[in-house]
Formats: sequence, C-alpha cells, structure tokens
Amino acid sequence: MATREAIAPPRLEWRVARVVDVRDETRRARTLVLEVPQWRGHQAGQHVDVRLVAEDGYQAQRSYSIASAPENPMVELTIERIDDAEVSPYLCDVLRPGDGLEVRGPIGGYFVWSTNLSGAVLLVAGGSGIVPLMSMLRHRAAAKADQRARTPVRLLYSARTIDDVIYRNEFAELGHDPDVRVGLTITRNPPSDWIGYRRRIDRAMLEEFAWPASDAAVAFVCGPTPLVESVASLLVDLGYDASAVRTERFGPTGS
Amino acid sequence: MPDRPFIARGFHGRRPTAPADRLPPGQYETHDFPVLSAGPTPRTSLATWDFTIHRADGRSMRWSWDELMALPRDTPTVDIHCVTKWSKFDTRWEGVSIDTLLAAASVGGPVDERYVVAFSDGGYTTNLPLADVTDGKAWIAFGYAGSPLPPEHGGPARLLVPHLYFWKSAKWVRGLRLTRNDDPGFWEQLGYHNRGDPWKEQRYDGDA
Amino acid sequence: MQAEEMRLDGNSAGGALRELFARDVTAARTTCRECGATAPIAGLLLYGGTMGLVLRCSRCEAAVIRLVRTPRALHLDASGLSFMTIEV
Repeated sequence: MATREAIAPPRLEWRVARVVDVRDETRRARTLVLEVPQWRGHQAGQHVDVRLVAEDGYQAQRSYSIASAPENPMVELTIERIDDAEVSPYLCDVLRPGDGLEVRGPIGGYFVWSTNLSGAVLLVAGGSGIVPLMSMLRHRAAAKADQRARTPVRLLYSARTIDDVIYRNEFAELGHDPDVRVGLTITRNPPSDWIGYRRRIDRAMLEEFAWPASDAAVAFVCGPTPLVESVASLLVDLGYDASAVRTERFGPTGS
Repeated sequence: MPDRPFIARGFHGRRPTAPADRLPPGQYETHDFPVLSAGPTPRTSLATWDFTIHRADGRSMRWSWDELMALPRDTPTVDIHCVTKWSKFDTRWEGVSIDTLLAAASVGGPVDERYVVAFSDGGYTTNLPLADVTDGKAWIAFGYAGSPLPPEHGGPARLLVPHLYFWKSAKWVRGLRLTRNDDPGFWEQLGYHNRGDPWKEQRYDGDA
Repeated sequence: MQAEEMRLDGNSAGGALRELFARDVTAARTTCRECGATAPIAGLLLYGGTMGLVLRCSRCEAAVIRLVRTPRALHLDASGLSFMTIEV
C-alpha cells in the first residue's frame, strides 16, 4: 500500500532483490518479477534504480519504472530490450529466476498518481513510456468502485507496430470498465483491419481523444522526448494548465 | 558504496581481452564509442565557426574554418581512455597539431603560460597543463575513422589529448585560453582531477 | 553505452539527489538563474551520464544543478539555481 513513507522513506539503500519470475510481453519487452527485501511499497509512477556489478568491478546503472501496482507485493519491471545496449540485453536475455538483482527505490515524487487524487486522468504513452502508466492503471483497477468512479481515465498509447504494444490483453480487459477509455495508435504498418489511429499523436488526435480542458484532468505523458514535449505543448495549447501536465522523458526508443 | 558489492551473475561475462600493458589501471576495453555529453549537441555552422587562442596578456589569434583546413594536418592513430572506465584502441583521427597553432600564437612573444583552458560551444571547459598539449601530444581533430567528425562525438572539431582521460578532449572546442594559473574547468570544479593521467589513475581531485 | 535506455530528465536524478537532500526532490520547484524559467526538478533536462549529473533548464539550456559523486565526496554546484522550493 502506498504510504507517505513510500515517497520519502528514511534511507534509500541498495538491496539485492530476487528474481521470482520472468514474463515475455512482446518480442522486445520482458517483465521481471522481483521480491525486494524490506520493500515498503511504492506509488504508481515511481521507478527503481538498477545496478549491475561485474566480477571485475565494472558497474552499470539504469532506472526502470515500476510496472506493478502498489497493491502487488512483488515489484515488476518491464524492460525493453535495446540491441547492443549494455544493460537491457542482460536483463532480458541472461537474468533468470533465482538470480539476484541490485535495486534502489522507490524513487520519484513528481510523476506519481494515486486514486486519492479525485478527478479525470489523461495518460499518454509512447513506446516503453507505457510502463509507469500501467502501474497507475493497475493501481486504479485494484481500487474500490467509488474510487474508480471518481477517477475516470483516458489512455492514449502510441506504438510502432501492433506487436510492440505491451500489455495488449490487459487493455482489452480494462476496456470493460466504463470509466476507462483506451486509444491506440500504430505508426508503422498497422494491420489492414486496424480500427485504431494510424499516425503520430497530433493536435487533432488529442482534441478528439483527450479530456476537454474544462474537465481539469491531470495528465501524465511518458515516452521519447520528442513525443513528450510535443504532447505536453499541445495539451497546453488545448487549454490544459501547464502544472497539470506531468512529463517523463525516456531515450530515443519507442515510437 | 558497499564494501562487498553484489556481483550480477553473468554480467559482462564476455569482454574483449586486452593486453595488460595497453590498458591503464581500472580500465576495460570497448569496441563501441560511447557518447557522453554534459549538454546538448551544439550546431555551429562552419561559416561562423572559428578557433581562438587567447594569451594571458590579452592578445589573441584566430582561425576561421577555412584557415584551419589550410594548415598542415596529421592522422594520428591512438588509444583513448575515458574516466568512466572504457578504453578504445587504435582510434584514427585527422587534425591539426596544437604545436602548429601555438607556433602561430607565439609570434608576438614566446608561450610561457603554464596552463591552458579549452573552451567549447555550449559552455564546456576543461583545464590542463600546457605541457600536455605540446610536442605532438594534442590536436584539434575534425576527422574520425576516415570521415568528418560527427556532431555527437564533438564535430565539427574537438580537442584531442589521448594521453589524458578523454574528458580533457573537449568536444565542440572553439579555443584555448593560455593561463598563468590552473583554472578548473567544468568537471574539475566538481572533483575531477586537474591533470587526468590514466596511467597514474588520476581520476579525481586528490588522486596522486 | 549507446544512447540507449537513457532517462533524459530530472525524474531519474531522483535517486542521486536523495543522497544529498535525504528526501525526494523531483517535484521541487526551481528557478533558473540564467533566464528565470521555473520548472520542477523532474522537468529539467538530464545530461552527464556516468560522469555526473547535469540538470539543465529546458528553456535556455543553462546548467541549473550539477552533482558529481566521487569515492570520497559529493560535489554540488547549484549556482545555476536561484530558488528551490520543496514541499514538506
């Protein structure tokens, strides 16, 4: 459960988590299920730092958003495998159940959301930017009916191809909630029978899909920098208060 | 930092094996060319680009891009060593030796300043002893691996001082200030070493 | 390390800044001394990679906060910041 301590716990230390399970999401994305000792919970949207130390002392460190809901005692990270990169191929190809993985967290007090915050929510993701937003959706799905009714969600998710859409089956399920609306846009070679959007997110798409500014929604935008900056700017143009638009920029991957 | 770090099973199990005498202490060989920047990649047109050497007494000498291109050039092949622990062997460069530029700058009086600060587009600076950029040890490099130096690696031109850690090889260099006193640059102000010799493992301020 | 898996804004500086501030400061409001722009730490642009943390103003690109962790010390330059407000 998310507590105030989860945002500002007394000490942020490296801990060795145990890999309990791994789950392939798409051809390039894999979820690691971790048991983290002394884990005090997190807020949806937060991330962990991951540190890899080789036998010869070489170190690499990266940040990964937590995909699981705070209600889940396990910590799930969804990793997108980048070819020839230093860390993600290790996490996707080498790491296996039983292994240890050094993590530090949870981290983040800005790009976070909980059902305690009543009001409409707009989530916009590009590529692996969907991961922290999924934590928010899963957290909301675990909440009581009245909390869910107070926090209607619209999610707009841009992916390169249909096979790159992470959590696709889960979106189908979430779509059964009348207060959840999921929009997908496939920017490269959508299937011929595709009924969703077929282009990069632009002003017209947001005008059509996003909450109108008068609904005073809070917006979370996550993904590659060009997408994030473009969408944030468009939302402000459409009347969103700048302070209501929260952003998290990932590297040049995703759509 | 923990006394006994947790070792990630199978991480970097396969690493290029480098001959022991070629790798400075604490370094690992890479075949990549990692990009590390303190700021966004500047875009300076060659028409407005220039390189200036400022003397301590206020005099300066300036070269336009065309003037730099007209100077005699070298094609050094060197090993480079980043303080973040990667080393890359046999990198091929093309550039003008700093000796050539200093010779021109000494026309008004011999160069007797002891230190130099390289300055770049975007505000980056790095300081080093002048003796580390003379006698064939340093260049203004504009070619890498047979092609023009790409912007993410410092193009159109960067300082190249391969015998020191690579943060001294300032990307997007626009000039040198010759100084009487050592004047810490961008990373040196934050604890990195004023000289940065990888063979003495001079990574941080206070290292031998 | 290609330009892969890179987190490009102050959100992912949260862990490193925790060592200094003993709390999460990614939501803290900052004012850029160079141009006066205000932004949360999370909205500053992150550079420096393994060398250190360089958080730059997204409007004028000036370095607002710089932080390096060496084996012996934390080195901070916050001279690019004129104000910072952290909600408690």
